[in-house]
Amino acid sequence: MSVTETTVSSPLPPGKYYFSGNEALAEGAIAAGCNYYAGYPITPSSEIMERLAARFAGLEGRVFIQMEDELASICSVIGAVWAGAKGMTATSGPGFSLMQEAIGYAALTETPLVLADIQRAGPGTGQATKVASGDLMQAKWGSHGDYQPIALCPWSVQEMYELTITAFNLAETYRVPVFLLGEEAVGHLQERLDIPAANRVARRHYQPGAPPFGHPDPAGVPSMPAFGQGEKLLVTGSTHDEYGFRRTDDPAAHARLVARLNDKILQHRDRIVSTRSYRLEDAEIAIVAYGFTARSAWLAVDELRRAGKKAGLLRLRTIWPFAAAEIAALGSSVRQIFVPVPPADRRPDHLPGNHHPGGTGAVAWPATWKNTCARAPTAPRSVPAAATAS
Amino acid sequence: MNLLLRSIDELQLDLDDLLFVSGIGCAAWIPSPHFNADTLHTLHGRAIAFATGAKLFNPRLLTIVVSGDGDLAAIGGNHLIHAARRNLDLKVICANNRIYGMTGGQAAATSPRGTISATTPDGCPDDPFDLCRLVLGAGAGYAARYAVTQPRELQAAIGKTLRMSGFTFIEVLSPCPTQYGRRQGLETAPELLAELREKCLPLEQWRRLPPAARRERIATGEFTREPA
Ligand SMILES: Cc1ncc(C[n+]2csc(CCOP(=O)(O)OP(=O)(O)O)c2C)c(N)n1
Repeated sequence: MSVTETTVSSPLPPGKYYFSGNEALAEGAIAAGCNYYAGYPITPSSEIMERLAARFAGLEGRVFIQMEDELASICSVIGAVWAGAKGMTATSGPGFSLMQEAIGYAALTETPLVLADIQRAGPGTGQATKVASGDLMQAKWGSHGDYQPIALCPWSVQEMYELTITAFNLAETYRVPVFLLGEEAVGHLQERLDIPAANRVARRHYQPGAPPFGHPDPAGVPSMPAFGQGEKLLVTGSTHDEYGFRRTDDPAAHARLVARLNDKILQHRDRIVSTRSYRLEDAEIAIVAYGFTARSAWLAVDELRRAGKKAGLLRLRTIWPFAAAEIAALGSSVRQIFVPVPPADRRPDHLPGNHHPGGTGAVAWPATWKNTCARAPTAPRSVPAAATAS
Repeated sequence: MNLLLRSIDELQLDLDDLLFVSGIGCAAWIPSPHFNADTLHTLHGRAIAFATGAKLFNPRLLTIVVSGDGDLAAIGGNHLIHAARRNLDLKVICANNRIYGMTGGQAAATSPRGTISATTPDGCPDDPFDLCRLVLGAGAGYAARYAVTQPRELQAAIGKTLRMSGFTFIEVLSPCPTQYGRRQGLETAPELLAELREKCLPLEQWRRLPPAARRERIATGEFTREPA
């Protein structure tokens, strides 16, 4: 990938802060150089836009707008990104549903953007202030057609900050929409946030005159120009060639484009997928968890260890692309794998973990898990450093 | 299309600073890929929302939205009125053919009452939007309506809005013989153009008509915010 990272000093003075997850996410966006935010209020994500509205007002060159709905929010982000912005929006289930058509547009036009979906319990209006991670599948397959989004699952306030920066970096590196799938609990959780003196931030790769929608490498990421640079860009959501000319009747052009859109993510999955292991070295029982649920799982691992059971945790920080290889490897070293999900979600019989190619590890749903998950609020308010380390 | 390009040429605008944004539909294909400037061909109904982001982030871009009536005023109606309310510096040109052209001639929110269409075989039961008054009511700084049969007026209006700041809206009544005309007994483009020529009336004259007669005619000209 031709994207370069530079060290950018933190806009907030480095130090210890006590923030909610949503506030930390907003600060992560600012640190990553986000300079365009458009959104529409929805619980439990609204604190992100409220903080950005206040913070952008005091910073140079950052644009905030409250739009008339979620369709307008994401579309205006895409417009701003093509005008040169680093853009993001945030929402929750109902708004995420509304945004799906534009997500497909962003995937096809290779528009880098970040979308924070602070999940509530669905379907429908559901429960706006309850913990759920039921948008996982929608994040992967929500828009029609074949594309590969990237989705990250922060489990702490610290990760709401750090993974937001990662999300912007991945969006720039692969020119894709990147989702931050937080849950209500991590959005509203208050805990310590360590702001570093500086962060690594990806710089947009632009090579004047290079084709904006094609690459000699069939899994390559093209140069990302902007309006107003004299490129006379043709940006379209229809199938197009490497210069943006519509090719709506040419099956070969379509196959070539869609293959690259998918391969640029799938062939770089090893660089994108991020997991963390906890007490897995000698584990016979593994829990695979992501997001807020991983906090309960982490607690369960310690409890099981105290009871003499060799338990460990594999925590997925990226949910898409899926950590299939990592879970398959786990399957050959442990006896059992458990996949807890929040009580508001469906039983995980349709989770991809049940179909992982490893095949040796049993994916089971112990009846007791529901109870363990329901105890999530008793999880420690701050996650020990040991748990965050790889 | 021609008139728009001629206006741009006359004003000697820098093509590097021009951005054309369109939605989905026949009219949305006017700028993309034909114009030698930046073009953003978006989703059905969302052209103004995309344009909002581009313009807000880079105010130097002279941002012109060109799309159809279905695109801008039906599926995209919410964005239209909100951009007008914000008086955002967008130049919106709406090609109103009174029908959904691209999808095969279904009734639109701009089809006059009685219009025979693919989805209103017995005639459209509702009154259409008056788009100019809609955007003025929402806060637009400028709104005008002309038919393609009034090229001089139309070009003057386009030239004027390109020099203005704030939200401007020009409705261009355009013929669609295949999807609209055919079903109204106006088979050919000349017949449709003749109908437009006959129906269109300058605003002042239209105002002097008795209310019942107004419905049969189309008021053209520059609209102001005072009640008509
Ligand atoms: C979300 C969505 N709904 C429906 C369509 C199908 N569609 C394409 S063009 C069009 C109507 C266009 O009508 P108008 O904007 O009046 O333009 P015209 O073709 O008449 O110039 C529709 C309904 C679509 N592309 N996307």
